[in-house]
Amino acid sequence: MTAATNVTARLRRPPAGWLVVANKEFGDHVTSIRFVVLLLILAAAIAPPLYFAAGTIRDLAPQASGQPAVFLALFTLSSQDLPILRFDVFVGLLAPLLGIAFGFDAVNVERTEGTLPRLVAQPIHRDDVINGKFAAGLTTIALMLGALTLLVAGFGIFRLGIVPSMSEVVRLLVWYLLTIGYVGFWLAFAMLLSVALRRAAASALIAFGVWFFFMVFWSLVATLAATLLAPATAAPEQVLGNLQFEQTISRLSPATLYQEASLVLLNPVAGSSNVSVPGSLGEYIQAQQQIQSLHSLDQSLLLVWPQVVILIALTVIAFAASYVLFMRQEVRA
Amino acid sequence: MAKVTAKRTDRQRAAAATRERDARAAYRPGEEPVIRTRGLTKRYGTLTAVDRLDLDIYEGEIFGLLGPNGAGKTTTVLMLLGLSEPSGGEARVLGLDPTRDALEVKRKVGYLPDSVGFYDDMTGRQNLRYTAYLNGMTRAEADERITVLLEQVGLTEVADRKAGTYSRGMLQRLGIADALVKSPEVLILDEPTIAIDPIGVAELLELIRGLVREHRLTVLLSSHLLEQVQHICDRVGIFCAGRLMASGTVTELMGAPTDGSVTLEVGVEGDPTLALEAVRALGGVTAMEPDEGQPGVLVVSAGRDLRNEVVAELTRRGLPISHLVLRRAGLEAVYRRYIQECEERGGGRRERAA
Repeated sequence: MTAATNVTARLRRPPAGWLVVANKEFGDHVTSIRFVVLLLILAAAIAPPLYFAAGTIRDLAPQASGQPAVFLALFTLSSQDLPILRFDVFVGLLAPLLGIAFGFDAVNVERTEGTLPRLVAQPIHRDDVINGKFAAGLTTIALMLGALTLLVAGFGIFRLGIVPSMSEVVRLLVWYLLTIGYVGFWLAFAMLLSVALRRAAASALIAFGVWFFFMVFWSLVATLAATLLAPATAAPEQVLGNLQFEQTISRLSPATLYQEASLVLLNPVAGSSNVSVPGSLGEYIQAQQQIQSLHSLDQSLLLVWPQVVILIALTVIAFAASYVLFMRQEVRA
Repeated sequence: MAKVTAKRTDRQRAAAATRERDARAAYRPGEEPVIRTRGLTKRYGTLTAVDRLDLDIYEGEIFGLLGPNGAGKTTTVLMLLGLSEPSGGEARVLGLDPTRDALEVKRKVGYLPDSVGFYDDMTGRQNLRYTAYLNGMTRAEADERITVLLEQVGLTEVADRKAGTYSRGMLQRLGIADALVKSPEVLILDEPTIAIDPIGVAELLELIRGLVREHRLTVLLSSHLLEQVQHICDRVGIFCAGRLMASGTVTELMGAPTDGSVTLEVGVEGDPTLALEAVRALGGVTAMEPDEGQPGVLVVSAGRDLRNEVVAELTRRGLPISHLVLRRAGLEAVYRRYIQECEERGGGRRERAA
């Protein structure tokens, strides 16, 4: 090779492979039927909680002058009869589905369609494929969640006349980032399955199975394990021990971590007593006597920091696993 | 007698043509091969997919890697592209090590994978554009090149239809255009003729040959269907059970039967039984039978080339010769013999793998 060609090669823009992949994937995502259907499902899912929250706020409004964080209440209030109908709970329940939907067939479809050898034979690093697909999936999801959150906020401002304070906006933003990170975990997990399993159907089934297990059965598992291993007797210490054990088990689920963090971020009143089981009887009594007070954002953040770190760690682990697996895999089918 | 001369001239003309072609692709000592492997080996557990492969492919030639399915052709190709890491030995493509300089190699080598696939919900043009972007081309560069390539592979008409509606032959041609998008120096085609009807195969190969000459490419082409590709290959290598059994020009391989035996067609004017007796009298004949296709012609198998002796004997007996041809072992037969030989030896390999 001559020096001249060397120079021209270097002068050429370095093609950021992951960006090209991400661009193409993002285009695919937003024009896919999958995107439209998920958007409709999400919109349908948040309509009832929004309706109830709005109703509750209206009912309370006369006494609510001076009530802190009314705007955020839009996201956390529910009907008194149906406590499950809450925006944040719904998002926590459904957001993983977004991650799964945009990740479960990321790599295995390239394999079955025979496009993978062609793709990796282009001058890009192999991890560009995974990075690009992850970036595209996360961007799509962020777009959907952002649209919905803004829709709810807009509804609150126009229909109810609630104007958010600056701190509420920041809290909402942080909550939004947290949610994206949480969905990022599920996206990374689904992509790991798409690398590990050759069939998209298998990876979808397993991903949905895991989601269902954590959403529905994990609390049962936690209760059961706590009852068996740290049974609650009449002694108050043992009741606390039982509860703590149950909490430890339930915190192994990313869903629990997200719910706790989400609650604290959206509700400035929520303190450690809302999240953690008291460690001793003394702490319990202390919590009972605590005067409800508003937490500043940094206090709330401090409170949920462990949860956030674990969520990020889980995402990194899932992502790294799919990365390593993909690098070691043979290209051919 | 006239027939003999006519046949010979035909053959001489053919031989001259092949010599000319061979000269272009012949072994060129001193010249750096474009693709060069030494002791290239790939093992999967106990199975050796590619076994100490030594390969030299020179600039401007079309090299056919022939072998049955599972011979290790695709594995070899993947190692040359840096998509699979060799267990041993080394490979050089354009002087680069595919394992270390994978990106640089992939920038210069166009690849048509075995049973190539495209994104079904994108048009043919969009599919090629994606490849162009991955190669760092701008929109304008990409569109210009893609338009030309689509024209060359004859897909202009359907360029804006979704790739999901293409036939296998169209996908294969799109795959060739896709491999050429990056303006490669080397083209690697893995089973380009698979799953295409015979007429389509001829067209496709003609297309490949034309494009290769036009873009001045070096080509490595793998196939398990020898008769399909032998015409466009300057040299072929017969590959089986991970080993290169033989390599050379098609004529070299055909002209060199491994054990030196020949097959002659002998015909005389008049009673063929007289010729039969005459030939039988010669030493070295191993088998003799009437030719099914040509009445009055004998097919004689012998351990060595008996042509001169046959002529002498028939002339001595005063029998006018009407037909005398040295039957070349078809490449197909040579190929089969190699594969058979390798399978006999390769039996042990499979047992070890199992």
